[in-house]
Amino acid sequence: MSAAAEAATLFLEATVRTATPLALAALGETLTERAGVINIGLEGTIIAGAFGALVGAGAMGAGWGFLAAAAAGVLVAGVFALFALGLRADQIITGTAITLLALGATGTLYRTLYGAAGAALALPMVGVVAVPVLSGIPIVGPAFFKQTAPTYWLYAAVPLAWWWLYRTHAGLALRATGENPAAATAAGIRVRRVQTGAVLVGGALGGLAGGTLVLAQAGTFAENMSAGRGFIAIAVVVLGRWHPVGAVLAALVFGAASALQYLFQAMGWSVPYQLFLALPYVLTLVLLAAAAGRSGAPAALGRSTVAHG
Amino acid sequence: MHQGRSLAPTLTLVGISGAALVALGAVVALGGVDPGAALAALWRGAVGSPAAFLSGTLVRATPLILAGLAVAIAFRAGILNIGAEGQLLAGATAATAVALWTGAALGPPAAVAALAAGALAGAGWAAIAALLRARFGVLEVISTIMLNFVALYAVGFLVHGPLQEPTLAYPQSEAIPQAARLAAMFPGHRVHWGFALAVSLAVALWLALRYSAAGFRVRMAGANPHAAASAGLVNVARTTTGVFLVSGALAGLAGAAELQGVTYALYENLSPGYGYSAIAVALLARLDPMLVVPSGLLFGALQAGGAAMQRDAGVPSVLVLVVEATVILLLLAIGRVRGTGLGGFRPSATGAQP
Repeated sequence: MSAAAEAATLFLEATVRTATPLALAALGETLTERAGVINIGLEGTIIAGAFGALVGAGAMGAGWGFLAAAAAGVLVAGVFALFALGLRADQIITGTAITLLALGATGTLYRTLYGAAGAALALPMVGVVAVPVLSGIPIVGPAFFKQTAPTYWLYAAVPLAWWWLYRTHAGLALRATGENPAAATAAGIRVRRVQTGAVLVGGALGGLAGGTLVLAQAGTFAENMSAGRGFIAIAVVVLGRWHPVGAVLAALVFGAASALQYLFQAMGWSVPYQLFLALPYVLTLVLLAAAAGRSGAPAALGRSTVAHG
Repeated sequence: MHQGRSLAPTLTLVGISGAALVALGAVVALGGVDPGAALAALWRGAVGSPAAFLSGTLVRATPLILAGLAVAIAFRAGILNIGAEGQLLAGATAATAVALWTGAALGPPAAVAALAAGALAGAGWAAIAALLRARFGVLEVISTIMLNFVALYAVGFLVHGPLQEPTLAYPQSEAIPQAARLAAMFPGHRVHWGFALAVSLAVALWLALRYSAAGFRVRMAGANPHAAASAGLVNVARTTTGVFLVSGALAGLAGAAELQGVTYALYENLSPGYGYSAIAVALLARLDPMLVVPSGLLFGALQAGGAAMQRDAGVPSVLVLVVEATVILLLLAIGRVRGTGLGGFRPSATGAQP
C-alpha cells in the first residue's frame, strides 16, 4: 500500500473511532430533544457512564462494564428528569448542575476509591472485530468494518431509531410531544411519561458513550475524560437537524476533525498539537453559524412549563 | 424580579449551605473518610484563623465574585453565558501580555492598563458568542462552552510558544513585573486589592441595575423580551448584546485580577474552574449583584476549605463541585431560580432577527 493510502486508511479509521461515542450520545440526545427536552447534562451522563464502566468492568469484565455504564447514564439522566420534568425546573440550569455534579462525584469517588495515582488501572477491553469480506475493501473497509463492538451497535441502533421515530405510533407520540405538548396531551398522550422515557433512553446511550471511551478506546478512566464530548454531541444534534441519520453524519464530521492529527502525524507535518485539540470546538462554532436559519428544532424544545400531562 | 429586601434570602442562604454541607459529608463518607475530620479541616482552611480567611477565603472569593457578577448580569438579561471560564482565561492572557510588554516602562499605571486589557479581552471573547447569537441565532449555551475549550487550548499554545518564559523550561509565562501586580490589602496576607475592586463593582452594578435607565432595560429584556420589544421601550437585541459584552468584561477582569494579584504568571491551570463555580455563586445570590458578594465569600470559603481538606484529610478538592451542584439543584427545587427556558433566549423571541 502506498504511503498516502495508508495515511488515508488510518485517518478514516480514527475518524470512525472518535465519531462512535459522539454518535451514540448524539443519537440519545436526538431522541430526548425530539420529545421537547434539552439535556445539557449529557456531559455528566457521559462521565458517569465512563466511571460506571470502570467499576463494572473492573469487577466483572467488559460486558458488564457496558451494562454498568448504561445504568450510570440512566441514573444521572434520572436525576435530570426528576428536576427538569418532575419539578419543572429550568432545563439548561438543571443540565449545567448535573454536569458539575457528575464531574465532581466521579472525580471524588475515583480518587478516594482508586487512590490519587490510579493511572496504573488496566481494565479488560473489548477488542477490534473485523467483519469478513467487508473489512477487506481497500481504505474504507477497515474504517467501517474493523472496529469495536460499539460501532456495530450504531449500525443497528440508527436504522432502528429512524424506524421507531417515523414509523411507529410511539415515535409519532414522541415527536408530537416535542412539537406541541398541549395538543399531544389533548390527543391522550401522557406527555411527562414520554419525555421521561426519552430522557432515560438518552441517558443510557450517553452512558454507553462513556463506556466506549473507557472500554473500547482508553482502557482506563481519567477525571474529566469526557472532555466536552457531551456539549459537542449537543451541537451534533443541531447539525444533524434532529434526525438519527443526520446525527451520525454530523458525528463523523467531528470524528474527522479530531482524526486530522493522525493524518498530519502520518504525513510528517508539524503543527502545534493544541490546534488539533481546539479544532473540534472551533468547527462546532463555524458549523452552527453556517446552519443558522435552517432550524428544524422541535417547536417546544426546552420549555419547562408543559401542559398538564 | 424580587426587589423586596427581607430576611428570606438570608434564611435560604443558610438553609442551602447547611444542606450542601450534609451532601458533602455524605459523599466523603461514601469514599471511606471520616466526615467529621473532613469538615473540621474544611472549617480550619476556610475561617479557622485570620490567616486562613485573609490568605485563603478572600483570595478565592475575589475571582468568584467578579465572575459571579458576570454570570448574574447575563442571566438577568436572559443570556445564559456559561462561558465565564473562557472569558476569564482571555482576560488573564491579555493582562499578562500587557503587563509583560509595558510593565517596566509604564510604572504603576501598568497595573491599571493590564486590568483594562483583561476586561477588554473578556468582552472580546464574549463578543464572539454575542455575535453568533445576534447574527446567526446560535445558542450561547453551546457557543460559550465551546469557546471555553478553545480558550483553554489557546492558553496552552501560548505558554508553550509565544508567551513561554525565556528559559523555556516551564509551560508558563515570565512573571509579570512588580509595577503591574496588585498589592496586598493587609501586609503579610495574600488578599489583594482585586477584592476591594470586586466588592465595589458589585455595589456599582447593583445601583446601576436598580436606578439607571440601562438597568431598567436589562431587567425588562430578561423578564419579558416580548413585552419589552412590543412596548417599544427596549431594543432587546442591542440590550442583550451590550449585557453580554459587560458580562465578558467582568469575567475577563476576574482573570486579570487573579493573574495580577495571585499567580503573577500565566499557565494552563490558572483557574480551578472559577467560571463554572460562578454559575452557582450567581444563582445562590438570586442574580442580585449585591448578594453575589456573600455568595462569593461562601464559595470562596468552601474552595479554600476544600484545599485544606485535600491536604489534611485526604479528601479530593473536586468534591467542591458536588457541593456547588447540590446548591444549584436545591435552589431549583425550591423554585428560587427564575425559569428561562429555551423560548426566552431564542433570537426570534428576543427580537434579534431582522
